[in-house]
Amino acid sequence: MVTYIVRRLITAALILLGASFLVYLLTAASGDPLEEFRASSAPNKQQLMDARTELLQLDTPAPIRYFHWLGGAAQCLIPFANSCDLGKNIAGQPITDALGHALVQTLTLVTGATVLAILIGITLGIITALRQYSTLDYGVTFMAFLFFSLPIFWVAVLLKEYGAIGFNNFLRNPEIPIPAALAIGAVIGVLTAVTVGGEMKRRLLIGGVAFLFAAAVLMYFSATEWFKTPGLGPVVIAIAGVGIAFAVTLLSAGLKNRKALQSALIAVGVGLVVYFVIQPLLNEATILMIVLLAVAAVLVGLGIGFLMGGYDRGQSMRAAALTSFLVGFLILLDRYMQAWPTYFNNSRVRGRPIATIGASTPNIEGDFWIMSLDSFTHLILPTMALILISLAGYTRFTRASMLEIMNMDYIRTARAKGLSERTVVMRHAFRNALIPIATIVAFDIGGLIGGAVITETVFSVRGMGFLFLDGISHVDPNPVMGVFVCVAITAMGFNLIADLAYSALDPRVRVKA
Amino acid sequence: MAEDAGLPAAGVEPILEAKGLSQGQIVRKRFLGHSGAIIGLVVFAIIFVTAFTSVGYWGIPGWWKYSHDQVTPLVNDGVPTASLWPLAWGDHPFGQDRIGRDLFAMTMRGAQQSITVMLVIGLIAGLIGVVVGALSGYFRGWTEAILMRLTDVIIIIPALLLAAVMAQMAGRRDSGSWFATFASSNGILALGIFLGLITWVGLARLMRGEFLSLREREFVDAARISGASNARIIFKHILPNAIGVLIVNITLTMSAAILTETALSYLGVGVKAPDTSLGLLISQNQEAFATRPWLFWFPGLFIVLICLSINFIGDGLRDAFDPRQKKFNAKKAKDHGKHPLEATPVTAFDGTKDD
Repeated sequence: MVTYIVRRLITAALILLGASFLVYLLTAASGDPLEEFRASSAPNKQQLMDARTELLQLDTPAPIRYFHWLGGAAQCLIPFANSCDLGKNIAGQPITDALGHALVQTLTLVTGATVLAILIGITLGIITALRQYSTLDYGVTFMAFLFFSLPIFWVAVLLKEYGAIGFNNFLRNPEIPIPAALAIGAVIGVLTAVTVGGEMKRRLLIGGVAFLFAAAVLMYFSATEWFKTPGLGPVVIAIAGVGIAFAVTLLSAGLKNRKALQSALIAVGVGLVVYFVIQPLLNEATILMIVLLAVAAVLVGLGIGFLMGGYDRGQSMRAAALTSFLVGFLILLDRYMQAWPTYFNNSRVRGRPIATIGASTPNIEGDFWIMSLDSFTHLILPTMALILISLAGYTRFTRASMLEIMNMDYIRTARAKGLSERTVVMRHAFRNALIPIATIVAFDIGGLIGGAVITETVFSVRGMGFLFLDGISHVDPNPVMGVFVCVAITAMGFNLIADLAYSALDPRVRVKA
Repeated sequence: MAEDAGLPAAGVEPILEAKGLSQGQIVRKRFLGHSGAIIGLVVFAIIFVTAFTSVGYWGIPGWWKYSHDQVTPLVNDGVPTASLWPLAWGDHPFGQDRIGRDLFAMTMRGAQQSITVMLVIGLIAGLIGVVVGALSGYFRGWTEAILMRLTDVIIIIPALLLAAVMAQMAGRRDSGSWFATFASSNGILALGIFLGLITWVGLARLMRGEFLSLREREFVDAARISGASNARIIFKHILPNAIGVLIVNITLTMSAAILTETALSYLGVGVKAPDTSLGLLISQNQEAFATRPWLFWFPGLFIVLICLSINFIGDGLRDAFDPRQKKFNAKKAKDHGKHPLEATPVTAFDGTKDD
């Protein structure tokens, strides 16, 4: 095992050396960094050219410059020396600073999108695998192929037009005409009817209820101008919380486990009490506090489950912890909605909240809620675009993996010994289907920080992709090298992790020592 | 699962394969039975023929009256004249851009470019991928070590950087190198060749895996004992068994290649201005979305259509080549079998089951 890892690391280092040498030479050969001065007629033209030549050491040949760069970069390997030197960019700014800034931007952009895409994709994949050859399966398959085929820049422009400009116009006067409400309700009703499965009568019934409910809610929103002053309130949180409690228990323990259901419901009750107690505290919120509160919510849930016990204490604890976490999320959502009118009427936002470019509104001021709402409204469009693009892969992959597992003999055995369908799917099939998915997730996380060059360009986010593209267009090797080294190291590291994780999860696969 | 024995008769038709058809016939039959793939094939054929005959190719004139760079007077501010109801085609079916160029001609030209790039990439990537994968998978040892390290290096070099370098080199027409002259006259071909030279890595890894497992099989041993040469074993014994995986993945590489080409053109390092491509059209016209949305809709629609049809063809091929797949007609099965209980027996319908 150790020899395997060491051998992989050495190969990776050699590959990195070779590739970085090539990348440096290619970037240096891709153009003339002095071109913008050659055409200019500025009086100090020669001076400017000399200054840049000195800054980028243009009078030494590129291969020698590479080894100079390598010498600086090698210092990054010395721990705690803080002498990392990745050179300077064409404007004279140290690359390490620029990289740090770009990394934060890129990670805020892609992390949420990737996590959501993985969650939604896996869920859809499993549902379609369980309902193979149903209308839902065909629909999702078609959607997956469609999303595979969408150019992201095209989607992004469409989202900007309809998601931002259109929605902002709608918010100015948030009235939903009754035909529109009925139409949206009908769409939701049909989707629900297709999703639930079962007999036609059951589908129609559930679809009809969903249609009525959605249309009524939309009309209520329109009448009360809910979109201007959104909020959940304790009543909605209570109803949604009970729904969550049932759903979580159904998936994690089964409704037959009464103790688990009771712990989940108690967690909802505690959440409702906390909702009133915590409001003054939330006014002073910081990011650290929210994280601590989330941890506290999970711990309280675990505690409730532990005290309730039952024949399977672990299941009660899991159900209660998940429920209390989700109820906590609802409370957080409610607090964000309370801050919405203030944000909406902020002098910088001026009633057009959904932003099309950048990562934050310039010069905006406000408390924690305003600032994070500002990030959300900027993140929502790129996140949607990225989810659309990467969703398809996860869905298809999970579906294939799940289908293969569902045909295994041990699934047949599990059914034959009389286990409930929930146990078969959640405990026997789902866990094993996740093994191959774990590896592609690791690959994708490795590729995350490379950023989405095109998404960043379209939405003007100054992340890693922007840094890279900017470096290329200015024939500036140092930022290109900085981005490349970061991306390559994480990608190769996560490749290794993916291989190791696979052999750890699947005992049939063993790494060669 | 109990009614397993009764169900396959409903949807699966094993008769066809019991007659002793050759592998090729089975694959063809399965492919033709895949309605998604057939629709994809028809759509792609229509786009292919229209794109290449309408505006002409390589100097051969086409039947459409405008060319992609011809400026004509603006008619009705360039609004598309095509309409579904009443069905009409008109003078400028897709509309005109700001200076009066015909969008139909431009889109067709762009579709030509995308299809050319796609085919060139499929050809080159397939060829190099097979050679590298076969050599490293079959001979192993040093050959494998060197070739696979080479693929590792190429796989982590970003395609965007290489495209930018090539675009820069092609841009220097005055420098008079053979590459610059070639690239300036056949921009799209150069881009395709170059993208093909970097996209083979995935295929090579895949083919290596196939070769690694196939070379350990008994029929290869038998061939070797009866004195077959390495070349004969590779071409006659192993490659035909790996051809399914190869074809399917070349199709998928090609559909990804279209998106890569459009993305590179969008970023300004692919196809350059006097010529046009679907990605370039979108990038040139995205600012005009509010005033001339059609300039944006039609090129995007064609990217999606081409890519979607290729993906469906690939899916059909994958099903056709999958030896575990039985010909399956879901609708028939549904009519026959009484509605089974929820989820449980649905998996018994699974086409990938070998029984």
